[in-house]
Parts: sequence; C-alpha cells; structure tokens
Amino acid sequence: MKNKFLLQLSLLLLTLLALLVTPLVHAELTLEINVQGAHQTPIAVLPFAREASVGNSVSKVVGADLARSGLFTLVDGSDINPVPSDVSDLKIDTWKTRGASYVVVGNVTEQPNRRFEARFRLLDANTQVSRMSLAFSGSNEQYRLVAHHIADAIFENITGDKGVFSTRIAYITKNGKARSLKVADSDAFNEQTMLTANEPIISPRWSPDGTRMAYVTFELKRPIVVVQVLTTGARKIIANYKGNNSAPAWAPDGKQLAVVLSKDGIAQIYLVTTDGTGVARRLTSSSSIDTEPVFTPDGQFIYFTSDRGGSPQIYRVAVTGGDPQRVTFGSNYCVSPRLSPDGKQLVFVRRDEGAFHVVVQDLGSGQTQVMTESGLDESPTFAPNGRSILYSTQVQDRGILAIVSSDGRIRQKLTTQTGDVYEPVWGPYVQ
Amino acid sequence: MKKTYLAIVLTALLAACSTTPTSAPVAEQTPQSAAQPAVVAAAQPIVNGNVSAGLYPAKGVGGALGDRSVFYDFDNYTVKDQYRPMVDAHGGFLLGNKAAKATLQGNCDERGSREYNLALGQRRADSVRKILVAKGVSDNQIETISFGKENPRNPGHDAAAWGENRRTDIVYQGE
Repeated sequence: MKNKFLLQLSLLLLTLLALLVTPLVHAELTLEINVQGAHQTPIAVLPFAREASVGNSVSKVVGADLARSGLFTLVDGSDINPVPSDVSDLKIDTWKTRGASYVVVGNVTEQPNRRFEARFRLLDANTQVSRMSLAFSGSNEQYRLVAHHIADAIFENITGDKGVFSTRIAYITKNGKARSLKVADSDAFNEQTMLTANEPIISPRWSPDGTRMAYVTFELKRPIVVVQVLTTGARKIIANYKGNNSAPAWAPDGKQLAVVLSKDGIAQIYLVTTDGTGVARRLTSSSSIDTEPVFTPDGQFIYFTSDRGGSPQIYRVAVTGGDPQRVTFGSNYCVSPRLSPDGKQLVFVRRDEGAFHVVVQDLGSGQTQVMTESGLDESPTFAPNGRSILYSTQVQDRGILAIVSSDGRIRQKLTTQTGDVYEPVWGPYVQ
Repeated sequence: MKKTYLAIVLTALLAACSTTPTSAPVAEQTPQSAAQPAVVAAAQPIVNGNVSAGLYPAKGVGGALGDRSVFYDFDNYTVKDQYRPMVDAHGGFLLGNKAAKATLQGNCDERGSREYNLALGQRRADSVRKILVAKGVSDNQIETISFGKENPRNPGHDAAAWGENRRTDIVYQGE
C-alpha cells in the first residue's frame, strides 16, 4: 500500500512538474537536441479545449514529442483565445498565415474514476483537409502516455513511419558504487528503478513483449543472468554456472535466450529456455571468445562478436549451428552487434585510429557509414521503428546517452545531473 | 499490482477525401486496449550463500606470494614472463594447501564493449588458471570470473589508469 501511495504521489508530482514546464529534476535525464540540415515540417499543436480541467496539458506533451523527433518545428498557438474544441471553431487561415503546414486541434472530456478522453483532429493547413480524427482515453495520471499515443498517430500519418513516443528505454546509472537499472519513457520522463545494487549491472535486454527484462547482475560477486518481471519485480535466475554468465539475448518468440557462459573454459554462446528449465545447449564451439549474441528478427540466425580471427569481429551463425561467417572487415575491433527491426542493417561499434564509433552496415551491399564523431561509443540499439539509434558515449569523462537519426542529421543527448549513465536499450512497441 | 489500460477509441479515420473538414463522418469502432505496464516494481536483492572462512597467504609480504596481480597489454591476455614467479608461487601454495580456494578475477580498461571486455577479462583469468593447472593445481580449487571493465581499480581515463586496470587478481576465499 505504501508503494502505491508513493507511486500516486510521484505521478502527482510529475503532473505538477509538467504543468510548470520545469526542467527535469535530479536523477532524471536532461534532453538536448541538435538538428543539422533535416527538413522540418511546421505544425501548430493548439491547446486542447478543457485540458486544464483534468489537471494536465496533453497538447504540450504532443508538441514536445513532435519537436523532439527533429522532423517538426512548432508554430506557437499558446495565445489562441478562445481555445477551439474542433475544426468548426477553427480559423484555419490564421495558422496557414503563421506558416503551419499542419494544425492539430483537440478537446478533453472528463470521465468517471479520474479518467479522461482526448479527441483530436489533424488538418492540412493548405488544403484544409482533415487527415485524421482519433480519440484516446486513459487515467488522469497517464496523460503523458495518452499524449505519446496521439503524437505517434500524428507522426505516422505525416511521415508514414510508426512513431516511438509511447515506447520506453532502459539504462544503467552509476553514482559511486551504486548502480541502478532504470526504465523511462522515451522522452526520459517517468523514470523508474528496477534494481539498485552496489555491484555492477550490465546488458539489460527487453523481452519481445516488453513485460520482462533480462540482464547481468554481479550481486553474487560474479556475473549471473536473471530475468525480472517489470510489474512485480519478481526475478528468476536463468544462468548461474561456474565462471561468467552474461550477454543475454531474447529469441523473437520470447521462449529462448542466448547467453554467454564460460563454464567449459572460455566465453561461448549457449541457448537456454526462459522458463529456467532444461540444460544449456552449446551453440558455438571455438577456442576463442564468442560473445554478444543477438537474434535476427526472423529468429533464424545469431550475430555475435568473436576474436577467432585474431581480433574481435562480428560473425553470423545459423541458430541450428554450422560454420559462422565473418560479417565485418576494415578494422581490428568491431563489437556489439544489433540488428535493425527489418533485419537489413547491422549497427555495431568499430575502432578507427583509436576512437570507438557507432557504425551502420547495410547487410545487402556491405557498405558502412560512421554515425558518430565522439570517441568512446558503446551499446548501440535501434529504435523499434528503425529511424534512430540510441547509444552511450562519454563527454568530459562522464557517461551519457545519445540518439542519432539513421540519416545522421538529428542528434540528441541525454545526460544525468551526477554520475554516469550507460548500457541503453530501446524497448519494443507494446501492443 | 494494478494493471493499467489505455482504451483507444477510433472515432474516425479520414484521409484526403474531402476538402471541407467539417463534413468528416464519424465511424465508431470497437475500442482497442493498449496495455502498458506503467508501474515498475524494484527487485529484492539476491542473497549470497554461505561464504566460509578460508586459508590464504598473507598479502603484501613474503615476496611473490604476497603479490596478487598480473597486468596485461591492450586486448591481450598473455601472462608476461615477469609475472610467472608470482603465479608459480601461488600454484605452490594451492598445491600444498588443498583446503585453500582462489578466484581468479579478470579486469579490463574502460575502452570498448562491456560484454567483450567481460569475456576478455575472463580469458585473462583463464590464462592464469592454465598455468596453475599445468602445475598440478586442482580445478576444484580455482574459479575464473571476470569483472570486465566494471570495477576499475584506477577510475582515471589515461594510459596509466588503463594499464593498472588490465589485470588478473588472485583472490582467496575468506580473504
């Protein structure tokens, strides 16, 4: 009961914070965006009629989401009076004159049990065509999530790609010896802690349905793999063999995990079931390091890092076994493979002249593109729509998170007030 | 735990079929549910099992046996000749004290992948294990693990710090 009260209190505080448009506070991430040369569509997200009646500002969160994507600029509509409830109250020429290509107009209706419904319409300011009219409902405390779903719908209608505003990210923070595994909304709000320990935590990986997290914890003074249910905090030990247990990777069906064990000598890749039953089946058999497995979206192959050729490179092997094929060339250090949601692109970390960069390789053509200019990049992970890459890097000797769009034009930084943040991983769409 | 749902009500989806927005028809659809676990619960700590007292040589005294660390080059796990006497001395101790148990803990500098460094640290520890086993030490007396780059002895970000952090430590049970 106490937890529930604290949660409600924190949600209330979050609501108040948003109303005051206060910058994020201690221990949460601060966002900074840099856009270079990308086309930005001007859009006016007008205040939603009666949105103050349920104590929130849905329209501001929608606008902030669209602006944060780097693909939109906001045309200010905060001075509109009276606030239009729908298109019938709207003088659309005003917004065309102000330069908006699109206008979002909406209203909020209170519902019983502290719930509300938000209806909105997306209009093309030039043609005056209504492109979309939708409604979402949720509890008053969930107003940010309702707003993220609205922003996702607008983003998809205009760009043709699914939005990721309603998805979540996970990451590790470190302050002194204390490490925490945290989950936050993709805009870094609503940060919640899954685990705090005075020992290392690494390699968090969302289950395909977003309800569980596999990760590596050193709470027993050595690395073991556990799976934790987000809503209950219940944990199950998945791999606790002699030596190292690490690098979990979910199969797309959520029933198997690839893990890296050193129980038979040096780090090799094994397959285990996620219900904790059965024995670990060895997938790779080399006299070298094999680690960082990741399944292809179709579940047929595993990409992994190995130094079998004398330097760490990325290889691909069928889940059924066989001879691995080398995938990366041109540097003597290529690590941390992750695949795009469509399976067509590989993102990894490459060392070039002493600097560690995020690199994207087209798996069809083999062409590579360096995505970053920083020097100590780690842990790249694609957004679930494949449009951007989240990774960690260092700025002034501190670990921060960063996001770069697939075309390299839009860059975001997520920093904490104190300490380090690292090992980011973007969660899946939640159905 | 309270489960929260977002009911999505599609009231109308109209794309470019009218130039007069006010005439948009409203087609009610069955509400869809988008479940999102808004609540995240923290885990309880995993409790460590019995850690019994152990037998170990005094640290920092007695020459080679008082030392505990082997240092390495970047992305390398070869035990250099200068550390062989120290590793040999510990092999002798473990051979002569079957009750003693040691963990070989590999460590790395902060550059590069955390998981690759974890595997590299394990390989560093394993390189020490191989020397001990070759001397006749039982595998039951030693476990090799790695902290990768997670527990740097020197928190600095320069070559000196990195050199100090590329290391295998011999840690005895009870120590």
